Amino acid sequence: MSQFIQQLLNGLFLGSIYALIALGYTMVYGVLRFINFAHGDVFMLGAFTGLYLNKLMGPILAALPWPVAILIVLVLSMAICAALGILIEWLAYRPLRDKPRLNVLITAIGVSLLIEYTGQLVFGATQQPFPAIIPKVNVGGLGGLTVTMTQVIVSVTAVALMIGLRFIVMKTKMGMAMRALSLNPTASSLMGVNNSVVISFTFGLGSALAAAGGILYASLYPSIEPFMGILPGLKAFVAAVLGGIGNIPGAALGGLIIGVTETLVAGYSDVLGIPSGYRDGVAFVILILILLFKPSGLLGKVEREKV
Amino acid sequence: MKQYQSQLALIIALAVSLGVSLCSSSIDDYYLDIMLNVGINVLLAVSLNLVNGHTGQFSLGHAAFMAVGAYGSSIVTLEMGAAMIHVFGGHGWFAEGLTFLIALSIGGLCAAICGWMVGVPSLRLRGDYLAIVTLGFNEIIRVVLQNTSGDGPFGGALGLKGIEPYTNFFWVFATAAIAIYTISALVNSTYGRGFLAVRDDEIAGESMGVNTVRYKVIAFVTGSFFAGLAGGLYAHLRTTISPEGFNFLKSVDVVVMVILGGMGSTVGVILAAVVLTVLNEFLRDFEQYRMIVFSLLLIVMMIVRPQGLLPATVFQRRKQA
Repeated sequence: MSQFIQQLLNGLFLGSIYALIALGYTMVYGVLRFINFAHGDVFMLGAFTGLYLNKLMGPILAALPWPVAILIVLVLSMAICAALGILIEWLAYRPLRDKPRLNVLITAIGVSLLIEYTGQLVFGATQQPFPAIIPKVNVGGLGGLTVTMTQVIVSVTAVALMIGLRFIVMKTKMGMAMRALSLNPTASSLMGVNNSVVISFTFGLGSALAAAGGILYASLYPSIEPFMGILPGLKAFVAAVLGGIGNIPGAALGGLIIGVTETLVAGYSDVLGIPSGYRDGVAFVILILILLFKPSGLLGKVEREKV
Repeated sequence: MKQYQSQLALIIALAVSLGVSLCSSSIDDYYLDIMLNVGINVLLAVSLNLVNGHTGQFSLGHAAFMAVGAYGSSIVTLEMGAAMIHVFGGHGWFAEGLTFLIALSIGGLCAAICGWMVGVPSLRLRGDYLAIVTLGFNEIIRVVLQNTSGDGPFGGALGLKGIEPYTNFFWVFATAAIAIYTISALVNSTYGRGFLAVRDDEIAGESMGVNTVRYKVIAFVTGSFFAGLAGGLYAHLRTTISPEGFNFLKSVDVVVMVILGGMGSTVGVILAAVVLTVLNEFLRDFEQYRMIVFSLLLIVMMIVRPQGLLPATVFQRRKQA
């Protein structure tokens, strides 16, 4: 039983990171109706920004208490990646605003490959250790459960960011503009919303969350490489579809479900009789099932396509 | 004569590939290898063009179907090849050819069945989902093959080796010619207008009574079948295959060929496949920059010239009004 709860906890920690990435997918889909393939790579860039920040400011960070250090790294790399996200949108997606969706999708794949292979050239293809900013101590010892400080920080940060996002989307003027744009772009621009600014803001917000996800993921699994974003990115996309794409609470829920299922499958692989290497396949089985039985997702609304 | 033009072209292509094949021993091995690669890539590009070009869907997992075909046909020749050759009357071109034909067809059929299983759930929905599902399928196939046991029929992460080198000039170019003929005939028939209707306007097509899901599934399954054949040819050319050889990047290679040539333009896609394969061969020293260039090509093409370098309209004969 305690093993089960342990696995469940591990799954929730992993799932909260997937949820952060999934939020970016779902927000961009909400305002632009397209899948930003490059989102997983912004996640990778977030982790690498963290690594390089740590190299640059190593002595300063070491002098500070570790919660301040991780906060500085987190905020700085979120800001840098937000700028990158806005830049990507401005260079690659904006010229295609009124073009067929297939063209935008192909561009997104191009952007994703470009980031990955430029990353390989710049950062090197080998795995690099991510510095342990958070001390490696166990905090929970309840009934044979182990919870590390890293896991606590990961989940607290993820939840805090999600609450922050909820606040931005529901309580601020920009959030209202985002919601208006996702309902009807033409009507929102007639109501005085500057759609371009809102789209840039959405990309920045989503990329910042992906960067935070990248740093948290790298703290949990401290070995990073230029292609690390592909699989978490895909799983987060599945999470977004599972929750209902375009639906923000749905993305968070989907992320948690994917994380827990994947961890349970890996943890009980001998009982289920499948190799633990199949854990990466779990998300896609879920994707196929959800597309077959409930394509609108768990919390999503059915959307009719109109002429 | 005019109405049989395309059939005639097919027969000529088959005869030429047989003729070249008979004297292929006089061609330098290196150039022959490049030519066979070109042929296989043409087959891949033309079959993906049916899905991505003519039908306007977006598959990102062509290499996965290639992998299914490669493993399917290799397992047939490895496990049952000797017995089949014996049944067909001992070694000789006839028995070996027949065995290879059966193996290739089984590989193609396996790929088509996989295409059906992947296509039916995702093609009911809008285009973007197919891209993700096929991409995921590509990863799943790789993960599953890598996790099979090393001594089983799938060979685990190391893959299969010792496959008979049956593939020659005739097989590659005959299959490519048949694929080009089948797909052009399919798209240019009255029935095939449905594919173009799905691409141009799905909603309008549907309201005109075109069963769009059915068309999409047919295009996808046909494309997967030919990708499976390409995989079988590839396996029996290289004689060793491993799961890593059919990764996402292989799929991207084919996608780049289709987009560069012009989605929906058969001639453009064939030319793009030839040029890119030959270029890849000569630019081996710049391997690390290859994908950067490819990805930039994708982005720039979409912004500057989304219809491709040689769009279909260039080759259409203008009808007198």
